[in-house]
Amino acid sequence: MAMVIQNVSKRVANECHIDDISLQLEPGTFNVLLGRTLSGKTSLMRLLAGLDKPTQGRILMNGRDLTGVPVRKRDVAMVYQQFINYPSMSVYQNIASPLRLAKVAAAEIDRKVREVAEMLRIDNLLERLPVELSGGQQQRTAIARALVKDAELLLLDEPLVNLDYKLREELRAEMREIFKRRDSIVVYATTEPPEALALGGNTAVLYEGRLEQFGPTVEVYQHPQTSRIAQAFSDPAMNIVAGTVDAGSLRLGEARQVPLQQHLRGLAPGNYRFGMRANHLQLQRNSAADIEFQTSIGLAEISGSETFVHVVHNGDAWTVQQPGIHQYQLDQQLQVYVDPARLYVFDLTDQLVVSPDNASRQLT
Amino acid sequence: MKFQKRTIGLIIYFILLLLPIYWMLNMSLRTNADILSVFSFYPQEPTIDNYLKIFTDKSWYSGYLNSIYYVSMNVVISLLTALPAAYAFSRYSFLGDKHLFFWLLTNRMAPPAVFLLPFFQLYSTFGLIDTHFAVALSHCLFNVPLAVWILEGFMSGIPREIDEMAYIDGYSFPRFFLTIFTPLIRTGIGVTAFFCFMFSWVELLLARTLTTTAAKPIAATMTRTVSASGLDWGLLAAAGILTIVPGALVIYFVRNHLAKGFALGRV
Repeated sequence: MAMVIQNVSKRVANECHIDDISLQLEPGTFNVLLGRTLSGKTSLMRLLAGLDKPTQGRILMNGRDLTGVPVRKRDVAMVYQQFINYPSMSVYQNIASPLRLAKVAAAEIDRKVREVAEMLRIDNLLERLPVELSGGQQQRTAIARALVKDAELLLLDEPLVNLDYKLREELRAEMREIFKRRDSIVVYATTEPPEALALGGNTAVLYEGRLEQFGPTVEVYQHPQTSRIAQAFSDPAMNIVAGTVDAGSLRLGEARQVPLQQHLRGLAPGNYRFGMRANHLQLQRNSAADIEFQTSIGLAEISGSETFVHVVHNGDAWTVQQPGIHQYQLDQQLQVYVDPARLYVFDLTDQLVVSPDNASRQLT
Repeated sequence: MKFQKRTIGLIIYFILLLLPIYWMLNMSLRTNADILSVFSFYPQEPTIDNYLKIFTDKSWYSGYLNSIYYVSMNVVISLLTALPAAYAFSRYSFLGDKHLFFWLLTNRMAPPAVFLLPFFQLYSTFGLIDTHFAVALSHCLFNVPLAVWILEGFMSGIPREIDEMAYIDGYSFPRFFLTIFTPLIRTGIGVTAFFCFMFSWVELLLARTLTTTAAKPIAATMTRTVSASGLDWGLLAAAGILTIVPGALVIYFVRNHLAKGFALGRV
């Protein structure tokens, strides 16, 4: 049995927040809602939780219609982006509060609270008040309170966003472990593609209140149905170039014609849009088949141990992801190479025609 | 040098500020004959007769009791009605909520005298004249709007997610309000109670008009000291000192949060 969302829409003051979304979420699965800010992630979560009522459509849980049922009568737990705990209660009382309300026996409450606190490594902080904790510990408390309830639906609305970088990495790594052995439906909203990939499970890509694609995370990553999804689900965004296929040869942008190979061989003549991931763009030739572009440098941005080189080719702005730290001159001419075997092909209506078969390659 | 100038300025300011109060204290410890005959900066023959009279004469101390009684009643009524109202204004949007909220405040802008006649007529009809309840109720006219405004400010400072979190956890509304929400705004409740106390304590016009004997406030009792033989200076001064005491005590408890109260909870 599962949670079924049927043609759900939400409009607030003539503004469409959720536009006709249908989804089926299975118990024991981890589901990521991926989308930019204002794409409707939080709105959808609030509908799932029952905090808001959909304007249209129905939400069913195990075949039972939950649409009008108030949140108090539902079996749901939620973690907010802000660290929301009861400020006047200790960490222990915070975690125990859902169990106390469910009238669980005191010994059982104590056992469960200590177990979940240990899992989230806050077992030494149980007597403190939330204000006496760091941001990461506060969010761990909030997660512990959501977990201890063992609800059939567990919602996490960008739980790591307000944490600093190191804490986020740390908690994200633990997140997988924490949610692995649960029978509940877990829904996790995030804006960050790496987070979705790290957490695995299923991914639903949202764009302006619409559901663009839903499926296993790796499949959505490898076979994005539109270039919009591909751009949303890669960081930095996928680079797009217009190209023409003509009698067995391919011409991308201003580059020289190359013969069609491998997965591109079946393409009918015509105009297409080609997608290239930033990490697939190279600054040196790796094989004779590589396509060479003349570009000029707009900006080189150093991000950790990587450099994002923003280049312009024929009016299109691209990003090249380079390992290591490099310095570049503005407006310097630069040759950029791409392996045709790595190209994603979209038609002019933006539908995926063919994607590189990454199955045997490393997912990066 | 600058520091010294400032210190001197402050000392002068405080002397000017405290002089009338000190003079009242001075007078309250002297007899009438002494006050009228000798000019003195301090009581040369201090006496506590004035205070003893107030504490022993029922017509005097009942004035204090009446005042304290209706003021406490008013604070309780104001808080009980303002808490749910402020919660509604802070959390829900409904038709005309902004207008209603502002209209509440306009009640404070009319002088109480405007409402005096209708109140008197109305309370006479219901037989409420000369009861503590009548005064407490009439003071709600300006205290409830004020309480709603202050509490709304404090409540809006609490993230709405806490409410939702509690509902998700399964709290019923009354239980959430009493065990989670009220502790979070206890400063606001304290400050609101203080403001209600203060305005009700100093209000004289409504309190005097709506009472005759049984619920007569202390401020009205004090006017009794005017008689054919002149003013009873010492007694009046002692009553004045005793009237300041409750207010000073209450201020002491909320002294750290007063500024936020004056800003109606919005900082």
